[in-house]
Amino acid sequence: MDFTLTDEQLMFAETARTLLGDTCTPDHWHKMMEQGTAFDAARWGQIVENGFTLLMLPEAVGGMGLAELDLALIAIEAGYVALPEPLLESAGVGAPMLAGLAPDHPALGDPSAIIAVAPAINPVVANADIATAILIEKNGRAFLATPDQVALTPAETIDPLRRLFRIEWDETNAHDLGPADWGMALDRAALFAAAQGLGLSQRSVDLAVAYAKDRMQFGKPIGSYQAAKHHLASAQTAIEFARPVVMAAAAGIGHADVHSRARVSHAKIVALEAAEKAARASIQVHGAMGYSWEVDVHLFLKRTLALKAAWGTPTFHRNRIATRVFSQPVGADQTFARENEHA
Amino acid sequence: MNLTYTPEQNAFRAEVRSWLAAHVPKGKLEHFDASREGFEAHRAWEATLKSGDWGMVTWPREYGGRGLDLIQWLIFEDEYYRAGAPGRVNQNGIFLLGPTLMEFGTHEQKQRFLPPMASGEEIWAQAWSEPQAGSDLAGVRATAVLEGDEYVLNGHKIWSSRAAFADWAFGLFRAPGSERHKDMSLIFFRLDQEGVTRNPIRKINGHAGFAEIFLDNVRVPAFNRLGDEGQGWHICMATAGFERGLMLRSPARFQEAAAALAALWQSRKDQCDPGLEAEVVRAHMNAEAYALNIYQTASRLIAGAKIGAEASTNKIFWSEMDIHLHETALAILGADAELLPPTGEHEWLDDYIFSLAGPIYAGSNEIQRNIIAERMLGLPR
Repeated sequence: MDFTLTDEQLMFAETARTLLGDTCTPDHWHKMMEQGTAFDAARWGQIVENGFTLLMLPEAVGGMGLAELDLALIAIEAGYVALPEPLLESAGVGAPMLAGLAPDHPALGDPSAIIAVAPAINPVVANADIATAILIEKNGRAFLATPDQVALTPAETIDPLRRLFRIEWDETNAHDLGPADWGMALDRAALFAAAQGLGLSQRSVDLAVAYAKDRMQFGKPIGSYQAAKHHLASAQTAIEFARPVVMAAAAGIGHADVHSRARVSHAKIVALEAAEKAARASIQVHGAMGYSWEVDVHLFLKRTLALKAAWGTPTFHRNRIATRVFSQPVGADQTFARENEHA
Repeated sequence: MNLTYTPEQNAFRAEVRSWLAAHVPKGKLEHFDASREGFEAHRAWEATLKSGDWGMVTWPREYGGRGLDLIQWLIFEDEYYRAGAPGRVNQNGIFLLGPTLMEFGTHEQKQRFLPPMASGEEIWAQAWSEPQAGSDLAGVRATAVLEGDEYVLNGHKIWSSRAAFADWAFGLFRAPGSERHKDMSLIFFRLDQEGVTRNPIRKINGHAGFAEIFLDNVRVPAFNRLGDEGQGWHICMATAGFERGLMLRSPARFQEAAAALAALWQSRKDQCDPGLEAEVVRAHMNAEAYALNIYQTASRLIAGAKIGAEASTNKIFWSEMDIHLHETALAILGADAELLPPTGEHEWLDDYIFSLAGPIYAGSNEIQRNIIAERMLGLPR
């Protein structure tokens, strides 16, 4: 029983923090919004160069053979910078799924290839137009298509740094890869959404802290007033109690049982609740500035709203936890229990 | 990260489970704050625990413990709450003063105070707050003056849990004329000695378990001072860290309560607002999140880290979780909730009333939020 991360994991996370912190700054967001784009090819190139897209691919297909926990640590950093590029959907969900279904697919040999995912649970697909391959769910099977084999319609989103498409397609124009583990795809996507939620929430708090130290009212920085402090302390508390759930969900996801699914769902609910709480506290602490486009907090609120509902709403995920609570033993000795294995 | 128990940890769990199954009293003991009889019944249970060497498993053997690590302590606590074993009447000793003594005490002090603490022969109360020094603890006025090799203690302490019946108290005193955080010392005194008067204070649940303490020229050996003279504030803050961060509230306590809540829901859901199921699930999530956070902290401490200001987030989380859990139980019970004696095994109403103390004791949640804002987030005072 050990909850600590390895030095290698911490180093990977540090590399991601530096890379994303340098290449995805407020200036970058502002420029992308001015240009109306939500994909930066140069930044994607650097992400690829650092090997992040190969992290979860098996070594047999040229990947690094690492696990969800390793990528979740990078997802936290992606959340912290509201990363627009589809690192998590592609490298965390699409690529490992494709590797399981079609290990010889040429897209797996190109680390810069984007593997988009169209699960039945989501109405839209992120970055489908620039994907090398799109994995589409139908009746528990996975179908593979290229963007030119399907009809894509851009879907406008409140999040200016997200690119979404509605997809219309036909089985005759897609390659049937057979029955696929869409349950694992959902677990992975929900886990990485949760991990991004941790980063989103910490950024919202950090932005508010920086503002509250500077902004003077009644002759004092507003951050010295308890009313402002307590908003941010409550948000930080929510983060502190979401993080270990996300970590445990990442570590246990491979069990693919009622317990691991419930924990992923728990992680997704509480990490994005923390992110929403933090964004709203941050907006409140910023005052009228917080309601303006000029302050970046709105980006973190909008990404939070998007991730909160994608890959299963909070109600969907709460029902998965209810299944665990009401169908399995509960109590103090069941924290790390597995299905069909009662302590 | 490896979230599976080792075979040794599983064997330890089985050992704890079977010992508790054979020894936990069948009937419920009267609450230790309700009467002298209840208090002494809990002291007798502590002696039984000690007979099995379970007094405080994390302490070194020479001080009355088993020398186990924090993960084993958490396993012990799991089983302790699963077994429905009596509350720890000496929690101020074993969970607060004990770890502090371990860090700041001399070898002689540890030998003198820890073994009878682990066995329940000496039960401790905390004497920090005063009528004018609550959240602003640095405002204490009680004094300690060194005369030869004795301290002479004077002052008025209040809100001391267990002090109505306990044997010893650890108090915060200052040198006369000193100000705020300076020149304070942490000093132990017996509650039955000359010059000490204790008046029980009735709580909102009717129990008389905490007390105010008057000290009138109480003489104690200088040996009873923990740490250096003037180090009292620093030591108190370390104690508060243990209290808030890890030891005071085991995850097992809340996980077992959440499990009981799930059972209560299953038995009564036909008569309830279906929306309450979401709150039952939430109570489970909160208890699990707390457990995972504590396992994370335990792993960090085993790896050599120290508890910091993040301990304040724990205290806020468990106290708010506890209220939510119990208000959900009362909502499920509906109009039956107010009736005495309570229906079923669980005293949901009593525990709800007790949960309201959570955001107040061990440093109010308002103070915890200030600590988080100032020491974790770096906001100005």
